[in-house]
Amino acid sequence: MSSRRAFLKDAGSLTMAALTIGFEWAGTTRRAAAMAAPVAAGSFAPNAFLRIGADNSVTVIAKHVEMGQGAYTGIATIVAEELDADWTLVRVESAPADAKLYANLAFGTLQGTGGSSAMANSWNQLRDAGAKARAMLMTAAAAEWRVPVTDLTVNKGIIRHAGSKRQASFGSLVQRASALPVPDKVTLKAPADFTLIGHEAPRVDVPPKVNGTAQFTLDVVQPGLLVALLKRPPLFGGTVKSFDPAAALAVPGMVKVVEVPRGVAVLAKNFWAAKLGRDALKVEWDDTHAEKRSSAAIMDEYRKLADQPALPARQQGEAVPAIRGAAQKVSATYEFPYLAHAPMEPLDAVIKLTATSCEIWAGDQFQTIDQMNAAKTAGLDPQQVSIHTLYAGGSFGRRANPGSDYIVEAVSIAKAAGADGTPIKLQWTREDDLRGGLYRPMYFHKLEAGLNEKKELVGWRHVVVGQSIMADTIMAAMIKDGVDPTSVEGAANIAYAIPNIAVELSTTKTGVPILWWRVVGSSHTTFAVEAFIDEVAHAAGEDAFTFRRKLLQHEPRMLAVLELAADKAGWSNPLPKGKGRGIAVAEAFKTFVAQVAEVSVDDAGRVTVDRIVCAVDCGTPINPDIITAQMEGGIGFGLGAALYGAITLKEGRVEQDNFNSYRVLRMNEMPKVEVHIVPSSEAPTGVGEPGVAPVGPAVANAIYAASGRRLHILPFPAPAAV
Amino acid sequence: MATSFTLNGQPTTLDADPSMPLLWAIRDFAGLPGTKFGCGMALCGACTVHVDGQATRSCVLPVSSVAGREVTTIEGLRSAPAKAVQAAWIKLQVPQCGYCQSGQVMSATALLERNTAPTDTDIDAAMSGNICRCATYSRIRAAIHAAAQSIKASA
Repeated sequence: MSSRRAFLKDAGSLTMAALTIGFEWAGTTRRAAAMAAPVAAGSFAPNAFLRIGADNSVTVIAKHVEMGQGAYTGIATIVAEELDADWTLVRVESAPADAKLYANLAFGTLQGTGGSSAMANSWNQLRDAGAKARAMLMTAAAAEWRVPVTDLTVNKGIIRHAGSKRQASFGSLVQRASALPVPDKVTLKAPADFTLIGHEAPRVDVPPKVNGTAQFTLDVVQPGLLVALLKRPPLFGGTVKSFDPAAALAVPGMVKVVEVPRGVAVLAKNFWAAKLGRDALKVEWDDTHAEKRSSAAIMDEYRKLADQPALPARQQGEAVPAIRGAAQKVSATYEFPYLAHAPMEPLDAVIKLTATSCEIWAGDQFQTIDQMNAAKTAGLDPQQVSIHTLYAGGSFGRRANPGSDYIVEAVSIAKAAGADGTPIKLQWTREDDLRGGLYRPMYFHKLEAGLNEKKELVGWRHVVVGQSIMADTIMAAMIKDGVDPTSVEGAANIAYAIPNIAVELSTTKTGVPILWWRVVGSSHTTFAVEAFIDEVAHAAGEDAFTFRRKLLQHEPRMLAVLELAADKAGWSNPLPKGKGRGIAVAEAFKTFVAQVAEVSVDDAGRVTVDRIVCAVDCGTPINPDIITAQMEGGIGFGLGAALYGAITLKEGRVEQDNFNSYRVLRMNEMPKVEVHIVPSSEAPTGVGEPGVAPVGPAVANAIYAASGRRLHILPFPAPAAV
Repeated sequence: MATSFTLNGQPTTLDADPSMPLLWAIRDFAGLPGTKFGCGMALCGACTVHVDGQATRSCVLPVSSVAGREVTTIEGLRSAPAKAVQAAWIKLQVPQCGYCQSGQVMSATALLERNTAPTDTDIDAAMSGNICRCATYSRIRAAIHAAAQSIKASA
């Protein structure tokens, strides 16, 4: 099949607006299709998303990875709702890699999870899948009982005919239903009739995650499996000059040492032998082409670039003259570090490679891309690569990357080890994870604003400096006129009514490998915009909430979350000395979130974040408890980054290597969080990422309110310095 | 050299390198995968097990040091506090990705086995060594209080 263009449609913000990916794609694989529907005799599988067994079990096939965000439960809820299934009999199974059947409709023809799109892209598709199956089961019952289908009712997996007092379970109808044609059109439920959507169905993945039986990639056991650890160059861009495997091979349990493009791998019978083997392995590195700069030096360059001409990302009116002629000018700069994702499960993948096949087990987030990259590495066709998607122990974007780094490493090791079908588990350690790259890029932001005599905001200029996530990847086609939309989302599309706006981007290059990180561009742009608008409000002598409110009159959904958060937080109630409130609002992936932070700053400058009140509008709430959980989790994740998160380089070497040097939020630092969901009948949007965006600036603005100190550098300075 | 100890109530002998951390001995030699690897430096708590009833980070503890002692993993939880903790975790829908939760459940159980009415300060002290990147902390706290209540109610 010839090359085809896949359009990644807008999954929310402008991130995915115009992504075009060209690649060779051979369509669906027979193997994958066979895996998709291992239809046991006597079961009913009307489409790729659903299978009903004679035992009444309902198996929903999830095309999205479950990495904590609740995708399995959300997917099952949509199907089960339209099917009128008994929730206690619903199970979820992960879909095989098969883009023909399981593409993320927000990504065009690619199967994968990201951009908080799982619910948004599945909504219509899965309602339809559930409703059609229900219609077929009803038709089967009506035929069996010779009654009109319109006289039947369905509730929790039981079809009833009131007139004759007959009833049948779904399982008893599978044979008859399987013989029926799939209807072209079905009527979907009215929201008022929902019994699962909006009603907090318990998560399908919680019980196994409480008793240790949930299976992660770490837990894959196969006969003859070897554990691989890879020794990577200490500097990004370094390569192997030479190595001596003797000391490594002397470790009991060590089996093999192989060189691969990214370093030298050790293979052993168990993890500990591999660890000791890698520790003993001697490698000489060639650093000729490696990145040797320090992150501080790179930031110095960015600071200078912010004063140089940049490319326009948004131009509305004439911002520069408007600010120049303004009665009052405000300006500030903001600095953001590299950030690691640090999912609790360090990256891992199990590969079984032969001359004709490559089987992958992983918490895979980017199936189609990983299939392509694995195939290319192995010298196979994509259809010879199959993927078993397991629970991912967190990801935050890390497991979806255009180069499939950890998958490609594992395949290259299996290939170098002989491609003889021996299962190989590549295991990253925490040190590998924090030093191994694919960080949220470092950015420098410069903002200027002008107020007229009436204290109205008349001009806004925002310059962003930093690396492009899309550049030099298969997603480079997303870059339009030199502007990577992921660098400026949240900045270029600010919602505030300002007559003159200029948003500019200066894209840099470094040898530090980067990647999107939870909430992507808004992980830095929201901070810059929301911290700066706070400074502007203060300069205008206005209350931070009132000032925003006036500028959002034309944005009803954004305004509604802002007002709801302020109201629930008791925005206008006075706080004692040493305490302060801050507010921030954002739109990310078409979900609207506002947060009010309450902090205490003691005489020594120590900050305690006491409370976060969060309002969210994500369209139709599919599972309110999961929405709440994602807001809580996003707040903790974003707060940890604001307080502590930084990957720094000294002469090219990453300075952090474990949770002592790369601090994340812990139990004793988690604020009280209250989440309020805006009732809505709009199409659902995502919740995995948007909750992260406003917390940093809300807290920074609260620290200002409590202490008079503005924070411009992330992470926040050590407590005593605040 | 083999190490003999009691693992989840069963006399067990593992023929592992005595310097091998207990985590890898119970995962790779005893075949119990519920205990997770997160940091390898006792910084995250994903590997928490009970050694003679104490919450212990198994990723830095040489297997030889548990010779003759009682080790309990998530697979071996049987006590009333453990059951109360697991029930509360389900009731309050604590886990997200779930990877750290074996360790969280082990730490919470050890806390409730010695303190049936922990305060928030007690919870901070017992649980701050267990990292959850999904930040399920609010629910963990609420679930520990709920478990304590249910233990009290059934006592």
